[in-house]
Amino acid sequence: MATPTLDKADAAGTAEPGFADSPYITATFRIRRFNPENSAEAVWEDFQLEIDPKERVLDALHKIKWDLDGTLTFRRSCAHGICGSDAMRINGKNRLACKTLIKDINPAKPITVEPIKGLTVLKDLVVDMEPFFQAYRDVMPFLVTKETNEPTRERLQSAEDRERFDDTTKCILCAACTSSCPVFWNDGQYFGPAAIVNAHRFIFDSRDDAGEQRLEILNDKDGVWRCRTTFNCTDACPRGIEVTKAIQEVKRALITRRF
Amino acid sequence: MSNNTGTTEKTAPGIGPVEGASLYDVDNPAPLIEAPRKRTRKTPKSTRGNFEMYGWLFMRLSGVVLVVLVLGHLLIQLVLDGGVSKIGFAFVAGRWASPFWQVWDLLMLWLAMLHGANGLRTVINDYAERADTRLWLKGLLYTATVFTILLGTLVIFTFDPNIR
Repeated sequence: MATPTLDKADAAGTAEPGFADSPYITATFRIRRFNPENSAEAVWEDFQLEIDPKERVLDALHKIKWDLDGTLTFRRSCAHGICGSDAMRINGKNRLACKTLIKDINPAKPITVEPIKGLTVLKDLVVDMEPFFQAYRDVMPFLVTKETNEPTRERLQSAEDRERFDDTTKCILCAACTSSCPVFWNDGQYFGPAAIVNAHRFIFDSRDDAGEQRLEILNDKDGVWRCRTTFNCTDACPRGIEVTKAIQEVKRALITRRF
Repeated sequence: MSNNTGTTEKTAPGIGPVEGASLYDVDNPAPLIEAPRKRTRKTPKSTRGNFEMYGWLFMRLSGVVLVVLVLGHLLIQLVLDGGVSKIGFAFVAGRWASPFWQVWDLLMLWLAMLHGANGLRTVINDYAERADTRLWLKGLLYTATVFTILLGTLVIFTFDPNIR
């Protein structure tokens, strides 16, 4: 899981320092700023703020944007870990800012916040997600069936068949996995973990009939065979999807299909 | 009283003009740093082949065979029967008199060279960003591989223990 959580036993046993008087601590946020209208260079900028460590990094970014520097630019929509807008590189790891508590990432040292890697930075923490979504579209992430008639009843599926691809249905397309992949950093032509996860979700769905076609797409030069099983994607996934395992399952399906 | 907002401290020089006017403004923004080889609607072209799959399988299968071949080779050459000191023309001639060792060495040569070349091909694909760089590095790699394999094969098959 990407977001570490404090053990309940630990939390009950130890009071946080200074908790009795004030929950606030002073934390430094070192944010990678880039504004093409001012400079061609990206620079680190430090913001110090007093903040409750039980708040999230997204709350800190809000405080900075609302109270200190309104030009700070980042994406967020739901702010509760579902929309997948606010994936960023926090202390060198891809996480969702809205699911990362400040106390979990050592606020004693400056907390670095950068845009996700491997995609073109447009401004501050905002990147161009188009290549990412292009890879997603290329694996046909929708149900394809052989029947041409409009169905007259729902498509039934056994619990076991549903379980087969359960893990990969959790993806929120935040790009934390794809932008943590070293192969993707150097070569954006690679499909990337997120696209493969979403292909997996349909390849192993018993109701879908285009699994073969998706396997063929992922058998390409820039498909699953470029995966180096670095496990960065599994570490980065904020939904705890076993991304590398899903990629390996697609590889296995390709091989067992042939032999 | 609000105590949850602090002061901003800019240890790094903020963005914006440092000395004089900035080169860039709203109408004339700085160029973006594009990600290497971005995926677009048109790229990559579909290859529709199984080459990468066979390459991937070959790496795993040859790897397993090479563990046996190479460790056995090292054991015979460096450890057993007096170690390195015994290796000479006579030792090699003696081993290559038997077809078993000829096949062993031939197999090791081919598998190791192809395994290594395929590995390097992957590394080049992963790390060389420019198409020209890829082409040249791979050209060099394939030339070296073919040369070594052919030379080695030639030697194994035409080895003459009575050479003067």
